[in-house]
Amino acid sequence: MKSAVVVFPASNCDRDAAVALEQITGTKPVMVWHADSEVPDVDLIVLPGGFSYGDYLRCGAMAGQSNIMRAVKEKSEQGVKVLGICNGFQVLTETHMLPGVLMKNAHLKFVCRPQALEVIETQSVFTRKYQAGQRVVFPVAHGEGNYVADDETLDRLEGEGRVVFKYAPGENPNGSARDIAGILNEKRNVLGLMPHPERVCDPLLGGTDGKAMFEGLIEALG
Amino acid sequence: MNAPVAVTPEVVKDHGLNDAEYARIVELLGRAPTIVELGIFSVMWSEHCSYKSTRIHLKKLPTSAPWVIQGPGENAGIIDVGDGDVCVFKMESHNHPSFIEPFQGAATGVGGIMRDVFTMGARPVASLDSLRFGEPNHPKTRHLVAGVVSGIGSYGNCMGIPTVAGETNFHKSYNGNILVNAMCVGLAKADKIFYSAAKGAGNPVVYVGSKTGRDGIHGATMASAEFNEDSEEKRPTVQVGDPFTEKLLLEACLELMATDAIIAIQDMGAAGLTSSSSEMADKGGSGIEIDLDKVPQRETNLTAYEMMLSESQERMLAVLKPGREAEAERIFKKWELDFSVIGYTTDTHRMVVRHKGEIVADMPVTALSDAAPIYERPFVKRKPTSGKVSFEASRPAMESLLRLLSTPDLCSKRWVWEQYDYTVMADSVQQPGGDAAVVRVHGTDKGLACCTDVTPRYCKANPFEGAKQAVAEAWRNITAVGGLPLATTDCLNFSNPEKPEAMGEIVAGIEGLGEACRVLEFPIVSGNCSLYNETQGEGILPTPTIGGVGLLKDVHKMATVAFKREGDAILLIGDTKGHLGQSVYLREIEGLEEGAAPPVDLKLEKKNGDFVRGLIEAGTDTVHDIADGGLLVAVAEMAMAGGIGAVLRGQFEADKFIPFYFGEDQARYLMAVPAAEADAILAKAKKAGVRARHIGFTGAKNDKGEAVLTGVGLPPVTVTALKATHEAWLPEYMKG
Repeated sequence: MKSAVVVFPASNCDRDAAVALEQITGTKPVMVWHADSEVPDVDLIVLPGGFSYGDYLRCGAMAGQSNIMRAVKEKSEQGVKVLGICNGFQVLTETHMLPGVLMKNAHLKFVCRPQALEVIETQSVFTRKYQAGQRVVFPVAHGEGNYVADDETLDRLEGEGRVVFKYAPGENPNGSARDIAGILNEKRNVLGLMPHPERVCDPLLGGTDGKAMFEGLIEALG
Repeated sequence: MNAPVAVTPEVVKDHGLNDAEYARIVELLGRAPTIVELGIFSVMWSEHCSYKSTRIHLKKLPTSAPWVIQGPGENAGIIDVGDGDVCVFKMESHNHPSFIEPFQGAATGVGGIMRDVFTMGARPVASLDSLRFGEPNHPKTRHLVAGVVSGIGSYGNCMGIPTVAGETNFHKSYNGNILVNAMCVGLAKADKIFYSAAKGAGNPVVYVGSKTGRDGIHGATMASAEFNEDSEEKRPTVQVGDPFTEKLLLEACLELMATDAIIAIQDMGAAGLTSSSSEMADKGGSGIEIDLDKVPQRETNLTAYEMMLSESQERMLAVLKPGREAEAERIFKKWELDFSVIGYTTDTHRMVVRHKGEIVADMPVTALSDAAPIYERPFVKRKPTSGKVSFEASRPAMESLLRLLSTPDLCSKRWVWEQYDYTVMADSVQQPGGDAAVVRVHGTDKGLACCTDVTPRYCKANPFEGAKQAVAEAWRNITAVGGLPLATTDCLNFSNPEKPEAMGEIVAGIEGLGEACRVLEFPIVSGNCSLYNETQGEGILPTPTIGGVGLLKDVHKMATVAFKREGDAILLIGDTKGHLGQSVYLREIEGLEEGAAPPVDLKLEKKNGDFVRGLIEAGTDTVHDIADGGLLVAVAEMAMAGGIGAVLRGQFEADKFIPFYFGEDQARYLMAVPAAEADAILAKAKKAGVRARHIGFTGAKNDKGEAVLTGVGLPPVTVTALKATHEAWLPEYMKG
């Protein structure tokens, strides 16, 4: 599996994502600079966490207008898998590659903690190695992870099996609609999620629940 | 000069300079200063920049060891952590700005200390914050806590540097003068360290980063005066932070540092362009000429005075090798940062500043450093408090424990640390809530243990012992996770040095730090002093905050506080005499702030600590130092962290019970080890001359099978109930 990590000026989980990818796939991902307008030929593009262009406007709003995101969008339309983590998820909604929007956390504070999640959907290249209903713990670290969409969109996402991760019942960290933590696009090749699977691929960091996502991708993509 | 301002006696006074200091300036220049020069002298000779009240005392501190590469005097201290890796770290106060504008004050405190670290070539890997607020029921406290915490989070989170440890305490002496001490720890390679000495003449001086505006003018002078009712009108002098630009600056600087184009580099912190340019020239034994027309400016019509004194954030000054400007410019343009050659180094030993074709300042660089005034201020050392303390021996201990766990000082600080991204960079192997944070050296099995510590109530009762205790506790916290303590940074927060009693606290405090650092081989390699922490005549408790750094050779051999197994033997290492003087118990339960601060036996501290560290290296995984609140609080913390109960079997005479469980004797640790190993460890302790006793077991449960903490004279309380009370106070308080 060949992968690429997009680096915006204030991405700050680009290294974390690269380390996890290299550890699990055995190959270093290509780091793609935000000012570039082409993404190399890869199987997986990761949009990492961070603050893209400072995010003084809405999170990911400026990144959504960047050259590189036009290229990412084109690749995704060709079927390349795209994984947006945290700020990457925000960028995906701003680019309209995923529906809905991520608002300020309901309690208005940044939240960093180990977060229990439920795997809702395993019919995806990202979650095929998990069991449906499995409880996993990924860290969250965000100020704007409160997923909002209209009821029709939410119904559709749930109906089409595109809600992949939910926060465990009663443990929603940000007020997100229907406890949604991560969703797929219609073609199921783009996943955006607020929690950080790349930060739990090493037992010393408090768990390895994130590994199965990358292992599943390798199995599927070779 | 446009619209020259006359230098009148009133103007001199407004710059915080006294008559003798002004006379000295005239003597050094051989003429009256221009207004720009006056401004430059006022900031460089301020307490904040010149250490004029403390310098003679600070000289007594131990600052060297075989592993120290750079001691005080640079942007940050540097220690060798093996394999060509070095650790660069420093702590600095941002107290006054944080009281006036808590969000920006704290945010720029974090930003400033990060620049001090990356300007030396290190990538910051951990951030810590030692915070002291006024009493919770003071009308300002809640607002200050909220602002400071979110300011720290906003800056550190955007930078992508984990905020991993710190302290948050409350005391009425900080009602009008909170303390925000920010520490940053970075990693560099030994052959890629950058210093600030601008050696050689004819080298280009480049300005990089944000544009200069009017913010923060006279911040250093503000930080050197006591507060009064008008202080809040000083809000415009608080700088505004832009972490996005700082992130770009970090990456651009590290990219430039990968080349060999830099001769010297320094961040523009307090006193901005003035201090960076004059200090670089001074350290390099050179001179410097700068042209302010070349300075990137955010506003029109900035005067020379404003530009020289602006404390706009996210700016750096570098001296490059001649001919390397284009290469450097390309890197800064890539990161979309301003870049401008604003001058050259010279061999004149003078700092010459031009603006609109005129020379607005021309002064010897040593006038700002070596010639700065040094005061040997009169001091009086107060007699330390002493005497027997009174307490009610029959008071139910478990009820007291529950109360202590919900006090502002001992309650869980989760509400604070959950607003900080402590997992970014994926190397935080010990996260907030333990004795010290541990950050793995990226790509290796080594770890840096770091913490901040001080117990101001001990320092008030006995400035000398209290300061020793601050160092000893930092040393102990690093030891408790398995680290070898290597060096410290300090933030010496005291009140008004012009008052002999306060100066006495400073002198005794520095002496205490010195003694502890010497005996524990834990030198001070960087830091700052924050004086005049006083509002309307009321000083803060003396607060010499210590930031400690230690090394774990292998992060797989690391201890944490959480109980891990049921049936483990709980061992107490160290002597327990039951010292209740100045304890949290006495203050919170009996309402008394009396007695002597606990004495610190540094040799015993070292012996016990070395023994504990040896056990951790041999596999012991559960250790906690005993600090505020005493033994029972420490056991409760271990139980809560692991979700496993404990039974304590000690039996005491009635008047020994409370002192045993709540006394704050120093040099003590708790550990939990598999029961089968307990005897061997006790024997080993005996052989090493270390006091150790088996005080109980982990894994106690009630009839319902719930984990409980219990013991002789300690009716069972579920761990869930302990946790509920421990976690409740701060979020409830912040709701208002």
